[in-house]
Amino acid sequence: MGGLQVIAFENVGFNYGGGELLSDVTLRLAPGSFHFLTGPSGAGKSTFLKLAYAELRPTAGRVSIFDRDARMMTRDDVAMSRRRIGVVHQDCQFLDHLPLATNVTLPLTVANRTGDAQDLTALLDWVGLGKLADALPPSLSGGERQRAALARAIIMSPDVILADEPTGNLDWEMSLRLLTLLVELSRMGKTILVATHDMNLIRQAKSQLAARVLRIQNRRIQLAGADL
Amino acid sequence: MKLTLPALLAPDRQADRVVPPSGFTAQLTSFTAGAMAFLAVFALALSLASGRLAERWASALAGTATIRISAPPEQLDTQVATVLALLSTTPGVASARALDTAEQRALLEPWFGPDLPVDALPLPRLIEMTEASPGYDSQGLRLRLSAEAPGAVLDDHTRWRRPMAQAAERLRLLGGLSLLLIAGATAAMITLAANAALSANLPVIRVLRLVGAKDAYIVRAFVRRFTLRALTGAGIGTLIAMIGVALLPRADEAGAFLTGLGFQGLGWLLPVLLPPLTALVAFAATRYAAFRTLKGLT
Ligand SMILES: Nc1ncnc2c1ncn2[C@@H]1O[C@H](COP(=O)(O)OP(=O)(O)O)[C@@H](O)[C@H]1O
Ligand SMILES: [Mg+2]
Repeated sequence: MGGLQVIAFENVGFNYGGGELLSDVTLRLAPGSFHFLTGPSGAGKSTFLKLAYAELRPTAGRVSIFDRDARMMTRDDVAMSRRRIGVVHQDCQFLDHLPLATNVTLPLTVANRTGDAQDLTALLDWVGLGKLADALPPSLSGGERQRAALARAIIMSPDVILADEPTGNLDWEMSLRLLTLLVELSRMGKTILVATHDMNLIRQAKSQLAARVLRIQNRRIQLAGADL
Repeated sequence: MKLTLPALLAPDRQADRVVPPSGFTAQLTSFTAGAMAFLAVFALALSLASGRLAERWASALAGTATIRISAPPEQLDTQVATVLALLSTTPGVASARALDTAEQRALLEPWFGPDLPVDALPLPRLIEMTEASPGYDSQGLRLRLSAEAPGAVLDDHTRWRRPMAQAAERLRLLGGLSLLLIAGATAAMITLAANAALSANLPVIRVLRLVGAKDAYIVRAFVRRFTLRALTGAGIGTLIAMIGVALLPRADEAGAFLTGLGFQGLGWLLPVLLPPLTALVAFAATRYAAFRTLKGLT
């Protein structure tokens, strides 16, 4: 990995056309770091993540992704950067006409790297979906979809994993299971950012590894205290 | 990943499957391509047939004319000689000769039978002349004939053909124009169908973008599908139309215009070009529509 940060925000502001949603955000995600991003619903967590994977461009300041200014990136550059950033969407979207296994290997397919899919069975077993390889996405439960989304996000062995409320519609047991997967990925050296407003999950994580907690408050991002 | 026609036709099942099959737009594209190719075959046949006709009539224009001399028997030979002399000095006349009795009899035989006593009848004498190019001035020739051989009438039978040749020429142009319009309408219809398919598949496109697909990859999945459908549809349409043309009743050389509608010799190869051309139109139209849709997405 080249630079000292994989994703960096410098004085970033963003608005959807109304008032400014995020102002003067400065933040660096160092390689191998684990961050939580919290804040009330509507605070801009998803927006922040979209800025981080160049789905949105900042309206002020500068977002660098792998040391490249997001505003200078062409559409192909964005596509290439997504191969290094695994995203677990808030509302996990799949190609509903294709079986789970094909959906999970989709990042390899579109990158013409289908040959690298040997580990698929191991990966599906790891997220506990080994028996559902041939199931169509609409038949999966919320928890299964979240884990499938995680599997799809990591199949390219990305440097960064961005997860938007990955436990949003999971029960506690399932949430813990997903957290365990994320902790394992972190130990492999991945840079991880998880947006969530689940404080229990954050406490649970902090007992397992050193995670920083960021909070969106008054349009700014602050480091939250240790007294969560 | 290059987006070329040969690359498109190479089988790529993976890329094909990422876009869900879309029954209705698929059928619409095949049907449009088929119907348009069907029409194009007839426009092409019309254009080729009228082209042949225009050529034939134009060459007939540069062909022959007849001068008919009716006079009392004692003046006939003199007038024939006068006219021949006159024609030999007329610019634009390549050759002229008087038909002999045997030839005249042969001309009349179909109507009056072989026993016609040609010598005994007060038949006009015929002089057949061949036009040079550029042709003679028929108005001037008429004036000189009436002055020097009052019994001579120039039968410029090519006259009535001139507007026909022009009409045939015009028909050929209209046929060509129809082909262009058909190509344009095909492009428009396929663009509409492609746009419908693209909007219906926006969620799919978003997922593909999210997992790192480049625009060219997504475009290819759509373009390939529409190109192949257009190729198949146009192939079927062309085949049916060509069978239709081949089954048209055929008349001989002198055949009237309608029975001359068809392809001759190498002309049969032209409609075979229609399916690949339709595929090319579909390729360009879908590619344009797809890139335009993608530009509007992040
Ligand atoms: N595409 C959009 N256009 C306009 N406003 C949007 C759009 N997406 C989100 N918003 C608004 O921005 C605010 C933050 O949204 P979001 O980033 O999804 O918050 P969070 O993920 O923290 O719940 C919300 O008020 C939301 O209504
Ligand atoms: Mg959100």
